[in-house]
Amino acid sequence: MGDPLTRLPGHALASALRAGVTSSREIVEASLALAERHNRALNAWLTIDRDRALAEADAADARLAAARGEGSDAVAALHPLLGLPVALKDLVSLAGGQCTAGSRILEGYVAPYDAHITERLREVGAVILGKTNMDEFAMGSSNEWSAFGPVSNPWDLDRVPGGSSGGSATAVAAGHVPFGIGTDTGGSIRQPAALTGVVGMKPTYGRVSRYGIVAFASSLDQIGPFARDTRDAAALLHAVAGRDERDSTSAPVSVPDELLQLASRDDEAAAYLQGKRLGLPREYFVAGMEPGVEAGIREAVRALEAAGATVEEVSLPHTDYGLATYYIVAPAEASANLARYDGVRYGLSVREAGGDFIADYLATRGAGFGPEVKRRIMLGTYALSAGYYDAFYVKAQKVRTLIKRDFDNVFGAGIDALVAPTSPTVAFQFGARIADPVSMYLSDACTLPVNMAGLPGVSVPCGLSDGLPVGLQLIGPAWSELELLRLGRGYEAVTAGAPWRGVEPAQLRLADERDAATPMERRAALAGA
Amino acid sequence: MRGWFTAGACHAGDRAGGGYDRPVAALSRADVEHVAFLARLGLTADELDRLEGQLNHILEQYAKLTELDTSAIPPTAQTIELENILRDDVATPSLAPDQVLSNAPQRDGEFIVVPPILGGDGG
Repeated sequence: MGDPLTRLPGHALASALRAGVTSSREIVEASLALAERHNRALNAWLTIDRDRALAEADAADARLAAARGEGSDAVAALHPLLGLPVALKDLVSLAGGQCTAGSRILEGYVAPYDAHITERLREVGAVILGKTNMDEFAMGSSNEWSAFGPVSNPWDLDRVPGGSSGGSATAVAAGHVPFGIGTDTGGSIRQPAALTGVVGMKPTYGRVSRYGIVAFASSLDQIGPFARDTRDAAALLHAVAGRDERDSTSAPVSVPDELLQLASRDDEAAAYLQGKRLGLPREYFVAGMEPGVEAGIREAVRALEAAGATVEEVSLPHTDYGLATYYIVAPAEASANLARYDGVRYGLSVREAGGDFIADYLATRGAGFGPEVKRRIMLGTYALSAGYYDAFYVKAQKVRTLIKRDFDNVFGAGIDALVAPTSPTVAFQFGARIADPVSMYLSDACTLPVNMAGLPGVSVPCGLSDGLPVGLQLIGPAWSELELLRLGRGYEAVTAGAPWRGVEPAQLRLADERDAATPMERRAALAGA
Repeated sequence: MRGWFTAGACHAGDRAGGGYDRPVAALSRADVEHVAFLARLGLTADELDRLEGQLNHILEQYAKLTELDTSAIPPTAQTIELENILRDDVATPSLAPDQVLSNAPQRDGEFIVVPPILGGDGG
């Protein structure tokens, strides 16, 4: 298995760096070696930039040495991400790096500038290891819609890691990096976090600037962190969050520095749970929820109660309408956003001999987009077309109001946060939901209402069902990321001794084999079986 | 192309009237072709066949929304209730032309070569 450095959380690596026990170069070399070794079996990375990562590591080591020369205050002022490796989902612009968004239409496209969050990561001295695989344009819940092949889940290589940020989730779960960046439009951070057994947070809409991110659905998209524990997730959120005037929807709301001070001691972390009022939304225990998932959530609820929180059943009566609402609003916004891929200014360009410019558009977009993206563009175009705009789009926006009010009512009544399953099922096998779009869409039934309401949500691991990870979702009012992460940290603390806590992804060893089957081969074998 | 557009210039208008609380009508093959053309997606016959079934299945899910009376409910377009935010009008450096044009499929010096828009059948 990997170098011990690749199993440590970021905060432990940060301490080791400052103590002079290791260097950023040593950490990044271990990360690169593991990511490269695993990539045949996992396909989590679309680009690994070894030379740039090592140069950034050396720069971080130099920065730490310079701070040491200035004294302990200068060292203390360094961000905990300094010198530590981060995975970027391949829809985040990194100047000079390919940015595909998982699509053929952007294959070979090289970002001419950095996204806001890339700039922020550079400022704090984080090392960008590369770009991770994803469902095309972030549309999907299994990573099977990537134009560059599926990703295997390190817990069972025949299963999906979830999506759309499946590559970043897998890179963190497999130990390639302690930190990963994803985006979440309907569950694309939280659901893969649940299915791979890591922490993943979707912040409040507007918390993180989307400048330089390939757009999917602009009223729902939000950037957020993956990590193997809540302290690291909080530190990464701290690094990237905050107002940026190049994204007019990024909110002028201050980012609490307490995100860098989540309790390290378990007793202190657990004490935060005392007296908290948590709500268990009854509508989230949907038909089709696996018994093993429900059992995991109920056990987590008992652990929270034992630590002094009260958990009461609450109702979010419009939950059932979330799926239909989402699958009108998101495709409508996507169809508008994706109109920019015209084959003229950048990206794939198919020019038909003798055809007019319309023929070029049809050919370029027909060849460049994959099946799920085409489906969503079709849905969105239909929902926005003359005569249907009111019946579909405006109707969905009105139901969106009702969904948001459900949450407002619960939080207004004094509930601090909601506890719910993240995904109704554990990781599923390749091919299980690919033929039926609606069954794939149901993967996000418990996460997408949170996007519709613009709220923050975090998924934390809460056990295993038949050896596969289950995720517990915590949902809070707008701008409550710090409180949610403290709750999650408290839950980590009270379950620190649980037997499942120490279990590593079961098939990591298999992923390390030189002649391991690729995810493409596994998918083909399952399809033939 | 224009012929396709005409053939597909379907029945969207016919069905629209007040459609708020009506069950969702099924999409015909011609509707699917028309929407594909509006979206500028060149689809194969196989793709159109598959989409016809899948889109109709998804539209059936949409019908659930007609259960709700939303006549008195305002629509939500964005959730965080930001007012318009204007930035100061300050000139800042921008990318060099070479960087901006570096991804252009066809270039001629500092120009992007585009297909003819005016004249010909496509206009």
